[in-house]
Amino acid sequence: MKPTDIGAPDYFHKVVDCQWACPSHTPVPEYIRLIAAGRYDDAYMVNWNSNVFPGILGRTCDRPCEPACRRSRVEDAPPEGAIGAALGATREPVAICRLKRVAADNKVDIRARLPLAPKKKNGKRIACVGAGPASLTVARDLVPHGYHVVVYDGDMKAGGMMRTQIPKFRLPEEVIDEEVGYILGLGVEFRAGKRVDSMKALLAEDYDAIFVGSGAPRGRDLDVPGRKEAAKHIHIGIDWLSSVSFGHVTKVSKRVIVLGGGNTAMDCCRTSKRLGGEDVKVIVRSGFDEMKASPWEKEDAMHEGIPILNYLVPKEFTHAKGKLTGVTFEKVAAQYDADGPNQGRRRLVPTGEPDQHYACDEVLVAVGQENAFPWIEKDCGIAFDEWGMPVVDKVTLQSSLPRVYFGGDAAFGPKNIIWAVAHGHEAAVSIDKFCQGEDVTQRPPPMVHLMSQKMGIHEWSYDNEIALDRRYKVPWRDPSQTLKNIKVEVELGFDRATAFKEAERCLNCDVQTVFINTKCIECDACVDICPMDCISFTINGEEPDLRTRLTAPANNLTQDLYVSSTLKTGRIMAKDEDVCLHCGLCAERCPTGAWDMQKFLLDMTHAGPGCRSRAPKKEPELV
Amino acid sequence: MTYLTKPKLHHPTLQKNKVGYTRRDYEGKISTLCAGCGHDSISASIIQACWELDIQPHRVAKLSGIGCSSKTPDYFLGSSHGFNSVHGRMPSVLTGANLANRELIYLGVSGDGDSASIGIGQFAHIMRRGVNLTYILENNGVYGLTKGQFSATADAGSKSKRGVINRDAPVDTVSLALQLGATYVARSFSGDKKQLVPLIKGAIAHQGAAFIDIVSPCVAFNNHEGSTKSYDYVREHNESVNRLDFWPTREAINVDYQEGAVIDVPQHDGSVLRLRKTHPEYDPLDRVKALNYIAEHQAKGELVTGLLYIHPEADDLHAHLNTVDTPFNKLGVKDLCPGAGALEKLNASLR
Repeated sequence: MKPTDIGAPDYFHKVVDCQWACPSHTPVPEYIRLIAAGRYDDAYMVNWNSNVFPGILGRTCDRPCEPACRRSRVEDAPPEGAIGAALGATREPVAICRLKRVAADNKVDIRARLPLAPKKKNGKRIACVGAGPASLTVARDLVPHGYHVVVYDGDMKAGGMMRTQIPKFRLPEEVIDEEVGYILGLGVEFRAGKRVDSMKALLAEDYDAIFVGSGAPRGRDLDVPGRKEAAKHIHIGIDWLSSVSFGHVTKVSKRVIVLGGGNTAMDCCRTSKRLGGEDVKVIVRSGFDEMKASPWEKEDAMHEGIPILNYLVPKEFTHAKGKLTGVTFEKVAAQYDADGPNQGRRRLVPTGEPDQHYACDEVLVAVGQENAFPWIEKDCGIAFDEWGMPVVDKVTLQSSLPRVYFGGDAAFGPKNIIWAVAHGHEAAVSIDKFCQGEDVTQRPPPMVHLMSQKMGIHEWSYDNEIALDRRYKVPWRDPSQTLKNIKVEVELGFDRATAFKEAERCLNCDVQTVFINTKCIECDACVDICPMDCISFTINGEEPDLRTRLTAPANNLTQDLYVSSTLKTGRIMAKDEDVCLHCGLCAERCPTGAWDMQKFLLDMTHAGPGCRSRAPKKEPELV
Repeated sequence: MTYLTKPKLHHPTLQKNKVGYTRRDYEGKISTLCAGCGHDSISASIIQACWELDIQPHRVAKLSGIGCSSKTPDYFLGSSHGFNSVHGRMPSVLTGANLANRELIYLGVSGDGDSASIGIGQFAHIMRRGVNLTYILENNGVYGLTKGQFSATADAGSKSKRGVINRDAPVDTVSLALQLGATYVARSFSGDKKQLVPLIKGAIAHQGAAFIDIVSPCVAFNNHEGSTKSYDYVREHNESVNRLDFWPTREAINVDYQEGAVIDVPQHDGSVLRLRKTHPEYDPLDRVKALNYIAEHQAKGELVTGLLYIHPEADDLHAHLNTVDTPFNKLGVKDLCPGAGALEKLNASLR
């Protein structure tokens, strides 16, 4: 293998699994250390800079960071069978998401640390359609650089789906008000209650660029017999949730069936339970494991006594005298194509068993969301694909009309808040470059800092002792309180003491093991001390071969090998990054300082001078 | 040295051996030696060898004297018996322990000061008596604990860290062991675990006095230019005469080597040592030729490593003394104190 180029910004970034998995590349270990140090304000600002809504995301994020977390790969597997089950020990990631909430809950007052919009504007005007997380991120990134940003929304309050679709028992209103308020307070012009009905009209106004962050506002319907006849008692999930949010719906019937297996379905069933639903069920076409809902959201629903029934495809809404009486389902089973072009594809095949009927008084349909752009005229210059989605560049988020950008669910269909934020950052970079007359495709890579953490002979500026604690559970408020009042938050969040213990589980993967080839005397001290058998000195070879010849086999192909150039004995150093604890023992044991622990800090390129061309501007010619 | 204990977490593929332990279970406390010390690599090799041999840790007794090397038994086999004895007196304590309980596996861990200076007399006699042990000499040619004076194994002409040239002749412990009757004699290098681990396994399986001289660089005081026990010097001058493979049973051998390049040495316990020759003329079964070979190459400045001599039908102290097969702790009171009548009978037989 060729020696690893640790100068490439991606190499060490990939080692920080959580940060790499996060769409907006939040420096997770950095803020977890700050939480452990009790520096909640600082931890909050690290988050705010990257993901804009720490308090909201700390409660609702889809947490792509957690499945990626190295911690879940290094803990001992629990003993098999009953003993393991009784211990409740599983290999679990650090509770990254809920630690973020700790920073938001415990900060004192960060308002003085927010950027200020300059008094002198740069004269550029930007319109954002929709006041959801994507648009607000664009506004936050551009306003401090002198842009005049106008955000339009049909609702009276900003926040978009964060406000209208996420139930208050998961995300209290005041958290939304606070974090949305930080952005509007920067000097954003918010045109509340002003729905944009015509792209043409908007284009005709004097905006230099337009950002569309209008979400995926249309809930998919279920067109089966009985739908029209029983329409009064069948609702589209997301519409129903926003009606609840606005207080238009305050009650639900006793027997409720929720159709669908995503997070919206989970919100629907838990909301029903709080509005008078006594017999609430979730009924899903697919199997339990293939459901789209996050595992923890399914868990929360079941914890509240809501059964989830699987492999049932809705066939008919039954009704009598215009009143819904129930839903008939066909029983199916999963079958996987053994061969052919779609080998391994899952198909739901009827089992032939008799149909099952579940009686109910009300149905919530949460089977997916769709994009809808009835307000964008076909002839305004924005190209749409065959599925009715705008043609948008994946990196620049630019549409076929150069001054129009899309982001969030509006760009590529329903995703989640953290993706919307990531889109917002990138779109802001594009808009900034576009308004400065630069090529939007020329995007500077992120800045990378590597700094030695050595403080003394065996002292590091991070806590390198590995805690063996298993993941801590976030405490819940008593169900007797939470099921009665839809506005009472279910999760209480970690207290400071538990947050410290959970933070100590973080392995500090951003503190990198940096190998300095020329200093190595090949004494094997690092090989002997490494608790995870990550380090090998061996003859070089091709990667697949090398992976089998190391101190311990490097079986996780998604994790890189860190390979040095040839050493004095003709061997190379090869380190498998997969299960490294970043404990720094290799560096402590190294007699020559060939290993050093260096903190990797990634500075994402956001809108502003940093994203612009650094080439000297041409001086105007003198006449 | 480090202040942290090694984290308990381990690689997900870490295997258990036949007696149900992982390699990590054979570790001891965290080493307090200097970073990069060769001794720590030797400790790691002992851990590896014991794990591979499926040894139950409580069946091992590790004994040592005084010095950096003699601290190391604290850093491996944390669940074994240990005895940190007086300077240079490990051999007599070990001999006593071995006489009392012949069923344990004995590891004698010593250094060049402990074995070649203050304890050279004890060293001579434990080899001569053929005590069944694995004697590991962690040889760095320098007194590290007292900041770098030459030890008795420092080569004449080698240079100390302060620039002083050693004028005294070195004690060559390998030749000494050969002359004194050790039945398994090897030399290796702490920086070559591929060679060292099988040598330790072979020594543990050997039922007699097994001696391994392991050159182990002192990074703090003897790893500079002019030293003959530095990582660089040993790597440049290392002449390995053979490579040892170890098979726990005779039946398990299934690797084919070129005819003539291999010597199989069956052991008392049914295991087999297979030597792959890297120097075709070297015969590890001939003690006299081995002595000559080592002396000749030493004169050329080469460090001969590998399994230098093995006596395939070695016996030990217990055989020499015709002692009872059962260890003392398993004999009953009647056997140990047979009474006045038995004493009278014994005395009568000697009159």
